[in-house]
Amino acid sequence: MADETKSQSQESGQGGADTPPDASARPAADPKKPAAAAAKPAAAAKPRPKPKPKAPPEPPKAPEDQAPPEGAELPATVTAVQDGVSGAVQQVSFWVGDWTIIVSAERLLDVMRFLKADAATLFDYCSDVTAADWPPREKRFDVVYCLYSTRLRHRLRVKVRVDEKDPVESVTALWPAADWLEREVYDQFGINIVNHPDLRRILMPEQWQGYPQRKDYPLEGPGELLMESPQDWLRVRNIADEAGAVADADAEIEIE
Amino acid sequence: MTLEAPRTSTTQFDTDELVINMGPQHPSTHGVLRVVLKLDGERVIDADCVIGYIHRGIEKLSENRDWTQIILLTDRMDYVAAATNNLGYCQTVEKLMQIEVPRRARYLRTVLAELQRIASHCLWLGTHAMDIGAMTVLLYAFREREFVLDLFEEFCGARLTYNAMRIGGLPLDIPPGWDKKVLSFCELMEGKLNDYEMLLTNNRIWLKRTRDVGVIGAEEAIGLGLCGPPLRGSGVPRDLRKDEPYAAYDEMEFNVPLGTRGDTYDRYLIRMDEFRESIRIIRQAVEGLPEGPIMGKVPRLIKPPAGETYHAIESPKGELGYFIVSDGKSTNPYRFRVRPPSFCNLQGLKRLVTGHLVADVVALIGTIDIVLGEVDR
Repeated sequence: MADETKSQSQESGQGGADTPPDASARPAADPKKPAAAAAKPAAAAKPRPKPKPKAPPEPPKAPEDQAPPEGAELPATVTAVQDGVSGAVQQVSFWVGDWTIIVSAERLLDVMRFLKADAATLFDYCSDVTAADWPPREKRFDVVYCLYSTRLRHRLRVKVRVDEKDPVESVTALWPAADWLEREVYDQFGINIVNHPDLRRILMPEQWQGYPQRKDYPLEGPGELLMESPQDWLRVRNIADEAGAVADADAEIEIE
Repeated sequence: MTLEAPRTSTTQFDTDELVINMGPQHPSTHGVLRVVLKLDGERVIDADCVIGYIHRGIEKLSENRDWTQIILLTDRMDYVAAATNNLGYCQTVEKLMQIEVPRRARYLRTVLAELQRIASHCLWLGTHAMDIGAMTVLLYAFREREFVLDLFEEFCGARLTYNAMRIGGLPLDIPPGWDKKVLSFCELMEGKLNDYEMLLTNNRIWLKRTRDVGVIGAEEAIGLGLCGPPLRGSGVPRDLRKDEPYAAYDEMEFNVPLGTRGDTYDRYLIRMDEFRESIRIIRQAVEGLPEGPIMGKVPRLIKPPAGETYHAIESPKGELGYFIVSDGKSTNPYRFRVRPPSFCNLQGLKRLVTGHLVADVVALIGTIDIVLGEVDR
C-alpha cells in the first residue's frame, strides 16, 4: 500500500497542473526526473532550503461576450424575446455567426417558455444543455442551452450565469430532451438544478465525490482511492504537492 | 428479486412487478449498457438505462490537450464512424478561427463522411438484423463494411480510428487510383443493397417484428430530442446536410428520406435509402473532384481567438454537435463539449419500449443505433 501510494504521488506530481500537458514538449527533462525523485528519499531532501511557493498561475478570464458589430440588425428571435419578456435579456452577444442571449437565472423559465411558444421563435428542439466553469468569477458557471427550431430552422443559444448554490430551473417540462442533458450538467459540474424529475448522476458512479468538469478538479489522481477513503486520498494529495514542489525546485536548478 | 414470505394460498399467482436487468445482447452493448426493465408479465412498464461504464472523460481530457491532439480523441467516441467525428471537430475549430477550407478538401471530406455513413449503417444493419434473428445479414453487411475499411486503410493507414482530418483541411491527398476504387465500390454496394433488401424488406418475420413496434409521433420525437434517422422516421424533415450545409453538401444533389409511421420498419427503410443517397453523393463528389490544395492557410500554432461556438453536423447517428470555448490565450480549448447523438437517442429508449414486449426491447435498442463509446465519452 505504501509503495503504491508513493508511486502514485510521484505520478501525480509529474502530471500536475503546472507541467505542460504535452510530454514531448520537454523530452530531455522528462526521463531524468522520475529517477531523480526516486533516488532522493524524503529525509535526504530535508536539508534543502524549502522552495518558495510559486505564485499560482493566473486563472484565465472568461472571454467577454462579444457585442454584435456596430449597426448589425438583431435577428427576429432576439428582438421577439426582448419585447416578449421585458427586462429578462441582460445581454446579446454575437460571435462567428452565432447569436447568444444572456438571461438572469430567475427569469430563465419565463424566457424559455416564451421561446418555445412564440410564433417568431418556435424553438421546439433542445439541442444541447451544457455548462462552463470560470472559477475566479463570482458567478462561476455558465449554463448554456442550444436551441433549434425544426420549423423555422434557426438556432439560438441561451446562457445563464450562476454560482454553485444558485438554483437553475429545470427545462424538462418544456423539452423532455433536457432530462439527461441536465443530469449530465449536474453530474459533471454540480450545478443546482431544481424541479428536475429524476436528478441523479449519469456518467459517474452514484457515490462519486466531486464534479469532474470543474476547473479545480484534478486531471489525474489516485482514482478509486478517492472513493474508498477520502482521508487517504487527502494524504496522498499532500504528498503529491510536496513531491511536485521538490520536482519544481529540481527543474529550476537545471535551468540555472 | 428478494426472497419474500411464502404465499398464503397455493392458487394465488404472483402479480408483483418484476425488475430485471436486460442484456447484454446487442454487440455494441457488451457489458457497457445496463437496461433495468420493470415488467408486468411480458410487458415492459418502465425502463431505466444505466450508462457511464466506458466514461473516459474525453471532454476533460480534451481541455488539457492541444487543439490538434484532440482530433484523435474524437476518433474514440463513435469508433464506428470516426471520420465524421473528426470532421465535426475540425469544422468547429475552423469556424472559431474563420479558416477557409479549399474546395478539394471539402469534396474529399464529403466522400469520407459518406463512406463512413455506409460503414456505420452496415454495422447497424448487420447487428440490428442479428438481434431480431436474421443471422445472414450480419455476415453480408460486415463483408461490405470491410471494403470501406480497406478504402480508409489505403487513404490514411488505419482501419478504425482514422485521425483522417486536420484543422484546415486533410493531412494527405488521396493515393493514385483511389477514386476509381471508390467508384467501383459504389457499383458493388448498389448490387449488395438489393441483396439485403431481398432478405429483409418483404420478409414476413421481419415485418412482424418491426412494423408498429416503437411508434413515435413527430411532435414527441422532437420533444425527446431524437435526431438522425429516428427523427426522420417520424417524418420530420431535418437533415443538417440540407439545413445547415457544410463541407461540399451544398453542391451535391440528394434527397432526405422520410418515414410516415415512425415505427422500427420506417427507420429501417430510411437507413436503407440513406445508403443509396450516400452512394449518390459519393459518385457526384468523386466525379466532380476539383484539383487544388488540400490544406487551407492555417497558422503554425493553432490558437483561436477568445470566443465560443456550437457547430453541428449530421453524423450517421444524428446531430453531432461540438460546443467549444476558447479563452484566446492557451493552446488548448477552455471548454470542450460534445453533443453526442447516441446519448440523446438512447434517452428516447424508455419512451419507445414502454408498453412493448420484452422481445421488442431488443429490436428497439437496435433501431436507435447507439455506440456506447459516444454515449459515455
